Amino acid sequence: MTASAATSEPYTTVIGLEVHVQLQTRTKLFCGCSTRFGAAPNTQVCPVCLGLPGSLPVMNRTAFTLALKAALALGCRIAAFTKWDRKNYFYPDLPKGYQISQYDLPFSSDGHLEVTDPKGGFVRNVGIVRVHLEEDAGKSMHDEAAGTADSRIDLNRAGTPLCEIVTQPDLRSPQEARAWLNELKLLLVYLGVSDCNMQEGSLRVDANVNLHIPQPDGRIAKTPIVEIKNMNSFRSVERALAYEAVRQYDEWQATKAELGTTPKQTRGWDDPAGVTRAQRHKEESSDYRYFPDPDLVPVTVDERQLAEVRASMGEPPAVLRGTLAAKWRISPYDADVLVNQGRDIVAYFEDVATRVGEGKVASNWLQQDVLRTLNERGESIDAFPVRPEALADLIGRVQKGEFDTSRGREIFAEMLASGRSVADVVASLGIAVVDDADLVALCRELLAENPKIVADVRGGKEQAAAGLIGQAKKKNPNVNPAKVRQTCLELIRAM
Amino acid sequence: MTLARQDVAKVAMLARLELSDAELDTMTSELSKIVGFVSLLDELDTAAVPPLAHPLDTQNVFRDDEPAPSLTTAAALQSAPRHDGEFFLVPAVLGESGAA
Ligand SMILES: [Zn+2]
Repeated sequence: MTASAATSEPYTTVIGLEVHVQLQTRTKLFCGCSTRFGAAPNTQVCPVCLGLPGSLPVMNRTAFTLALKAALALGCRIAAFTKWDRKNYFYPDLPKGYQISQYDLPFSSDGHLEVTDPKGGFVRNVGIVRVHLEEDAGKSMHDEAAGTADSRIDLNRAGTPLCEIVTQPDLRSPQEARAWLNELKLLLVYLGVSDCNMQEGSLRVDANVNLHIPQPDGRIAKTPIVEIKNMNSFRSVERALAYEAVRQYDEWQATKAELGTTPKQTRGWDDPAGVTRAQRHKEESSDYRYFPDPDLVPVTVDERQLAEVRASMGEPPAVLRGTLAAKWRISPYDADVLVNQGRDIVAYFEDVATRVGEGKVASNWLQQDVLRTLNERGESIDAFPVRPEALADLIGRVQKGEFDTSRGREIFAEMLASGRSVADVVASLGIAVVDDADLVALCRELLAENPKIVADVRGGKEQAAAGLIGQAKKKNPNVNPAKVRQTCLELIRAM
Repeated sequence: MTLARQDVAKVAMLARLELSDAELDTMTSELSKIVGFVSLLDELDTAAVPPLAHPLDTQNVFRDDEPAPSLTTAAALQSAPRHDGEFFLVPAVLGESGAA
């Protein structure tokens, strides 16, 4: 989708995102309970995360460091002094009756993350209002089909460390929102801050959206801001925003209601139906009566600490794309594809490219053969049967002309199936490597048997040599057709 | 210092307290006295005093990211008014969690 498609609409879609990511720690934010996903209900709970009287929270150092990493990578200003606040509300999945979060002194603010459409449709630098650290709530389940009056509460998630990332309303289309989320996820996964697995709830997104509609008198009419929840994939985010923009435009045409005339509305995305639906407005729900949590002491951060965290971060994806393209002389597009596959794929690529001594050919094999296979099998690179040294060996032999690319592909498939080395596969498939002396002898034989072709070639019809390839394959199925052609032409020229 | 009756009603609602009209009258009068007492502090000039984030002069208390034993499910559930051996049971929760 390009910018021109967006500008054909009679309005601008204005989008801001609020993202929660689970930090990759072993234990919860304030207690030693495990954060492992998928455990039996209420097996990862203790007096602290159950909010039992007399228990006291103590902050997880790793959680704070990971949050710092995320904020630094997003270009945020880090506060020298930060504290934790209680956000008070009653809900059965919140055992303490308050969530420990950050209110007026978040540990970081004022960052940005740029996203570029690889197809050239847009470049958008999205401002980050703030990144703060807070605890997650538990999970409540209500089985309406069972018709029971009870909801069931599992508190394994309660107290899991989350980073909340709030953007400025800088995004201008559903496509941009989706692309930006992909870039954010890539960055956080590169940093090891979060696995960003949406299925397991490690990443959740809410979106704020409204329309700016230019009026005949030059004024810009702004529709009321709607918050969209319940989007369970980046694709859902894109679809929900696209739906909501059209819905708001229709509503504006009918009511002319503008921003500030109605209370902020929350709508839930119904994925199967493909619509957003108004959610019941919780009365006074915004009155959280924040106050500093007396159970947690403030945290200070100094320059030395920030330098340490920075040093541990490595190159973010945006920088790595440029580095990779320059170092290996591959196109920005190829660098983008490789970097977007994650750090492990980049490491695999660099290992192969180093051994082969060339980036372009390594990138081609990776994209056409390795990545395609991984996609088909739904596997990750660390369990891939063809290791970098084996792939480099195969590419090197193809480059030397021991066999052609299509033969190379057959060997690759066999290496994949059997996990064996190039040499073993070559031997087992009965592919004897034809040495140069054998090849020349074979070509001489061919020329002797085909005086007409020789005459045609000498008469200037080089393409006549193609008639020799099939015969060569019959004599020895292991010959490389390109080499046969080249050798025959050289021999004819030398006649 | 006098609190408005509707302020007290709102605080009661936020605290999920159901007050009768008579109780609301009593609370309004009693809470007004408490707030009036605390508002003596307004007489102090605090312009040059930095806000206090915590009464203790301590900072940076952390623990390592090391797992510690959790409770057994039975122990976790034992004080709950109702449970099914696996989950806490509460009156039907419909709609969205307030967590944000
Ligand atoms: Zn716990």
